Amino acid sequence: MEAVFSNFDEVLKAFGLTIGLFVVSGIGSLVFGALLAVFRVGPVAIMRRAALVYVSIFRNTPLLMIFIFIAVALPKLGYNFRFIGDVEVGGVSASPFFFRACLALTLYTSAFVCEAFRSGINTVPLGQAEAARAIGLTFGQSMTQVVMPQALRAVIPPLTSVQIALLKNTSVAAAFGITEAVANMRALSNENTSQTAMIFLLVAVGYIIIVEVVSLASYGLERKVKVAAR
Amino acid sequence: MRTNRAIMGLAGIGLALSVAGCGNAGSETSDTIDVEVSEDAASSFDDGTRMKELADSGEITIGVKYDQPGIGFMPAGADAPVGFDPEIGKILAASLGIAPEDITWKETISDNREPFLQEGEVDLVIASYSITDDRQKVVGQAGPYYVTGQQLLVPSDSDIETLDDVKGTEVCSVTGSTSLDNIKNEGATPRGFDTYSECVDQVLDGTVDAMTTDGAILLGYAAEHPDELKVVVDPFSEENYGVGYSKDLPEMCAWIQDTLQSAEDDGTWGEAFDATLGKSGVDTPKPPAMNDCPAA
Repeated sequence: MEAVFSNFDEVLKAFGLTIGLFVVSGIGSLVFGALLAVFRVGPVAIMRRAALVYVSIFRNTPLLMIFIFIAVALPKLGYNFRFIGDVEVGGVSASPFFFRACLALTLYTSAFVCEAFRSGINTVPLGQAEAARAIGLTFGQSMTQVVMPQALRAVIPPLTSVQIALLKNTSVAAAFGITEAVANMRALSNENTSQTAMIFLLVAVGYIIIVEVVSLASYGLERKVKVAAR
Repeated sequence: MRTNRAIMGLAGIGLALSVAGCGNAGSETSDTIDVEVSEDAASSFDDGTRMKELADSGEITIGVKYDQPGIGFMPAGADAPVGFDPEIGKILAASLGIAPEDITWKETISDNREPFLQEGEVDLVIASYSITDDRQKVVGQAGPYYVTGQQLLVPSDSDIETLDDVKGTEVCSVTGSTSLDNIKNEGATPRGFDTYSECVDQVLDGTVDAMTTDGAILLGYAAEHPDELKVVVDPFSEENYGVGYSKDLPEMCAWIQDTLQSAEDDGTWGEAFDATLGKSGVDTPKPPAMNDCPAA
């Protein structure tokens, strides 16, 4: 107990990094995943196939392997992303390690986001898309104004699950140079061997709290976009 | 003609020597020592002690590291780990009358050393296991059998020469280790990885500026890449490696201490060091003095 609370600022900083990884990769995967989903249902055969190949590769590979590839194999080929450290946005600069971790998490999660979106799109009756095209909307317009808004309702619960999985997957970064919550937990338990069980428990509680916040936000969003009962 | 024959003769001797070398574990200098397995060891221990039980059963399970060259390392395809820690294990087992081939080795990582001892998964932990007060609250630690200190491994062309130079750099070690915590206190950004070998890769690739852990481990890696890597900085911490045993079996402490002490006195300890850590070119240090066993 005291090991966690006497190092509480360290623990908070570590959880901050966990949340940072989650927010950046979460936004990245939502944007990239939605784009992939549009490719997947779009009219252009080559894009459909490219998106399918992407999903097949990244959904079927363990996250750890993607991490190892980006953090260990790519530097061997000369891509160590050190230049990221020199890029400053508004005085804040991300470390190459943070960038690599976000890249791995985004690439992996996008495949799942894409499939979640596709399941949502499939709930919209085909007649809707046909009607949209019939009144002269382009594919892009029918997607953004007719299909996606309806799909979004059905997609919130599975998308939340994907994002919660992402939040917990950030712990893989502990083994790749990021001192996030799990790395911090391991340091604490190494120093305070006699309190290991309590340290594990308290860090688990930390994760539960963050995930609960994400779930609550998702319920709120679900209620907001629900179609009024007729 | 005579010179020719002399050369032939020399070549013959050389061949004979190299063949003899092959018989000895496949290399000229052996990476293990011959331990004298004590006979009828069981009778020398009191009834009801764990040592007596082990000696009677003729088997012992020892937890060691598998990923630290020179200390405890499992080469691909090998049957048993090699390094200084396994050698200490063989010395201890021999005093119970257990031959090296009857030892069951088990890989322990830093996180599971205490649980393994508490649950009786292993009888001893000899896994670069620094003696600390906090660990002694949950397990017994006898020794020390080796004293080392934290140093830095850097690329040969690195600017890092003193400990002050690490401020603002990125330094790699194993996630959650004490070394990582120490280097953070020196002002470096800690970068934790899962294994030491991944860390070495990061240094070689230039992804991090240095790697840090106990000097013994670093010397092993520097010896593997003599042109690209070097070990710098005087040791800035003191780690006393001890042998871990279950707190429920306090009688083991005196046996471990006595066996280590006699190995240090009769030179077996030095041989074990030369055959493992000594290969990285360091001189054999003076064996450390034993701690007192806690009052049972």
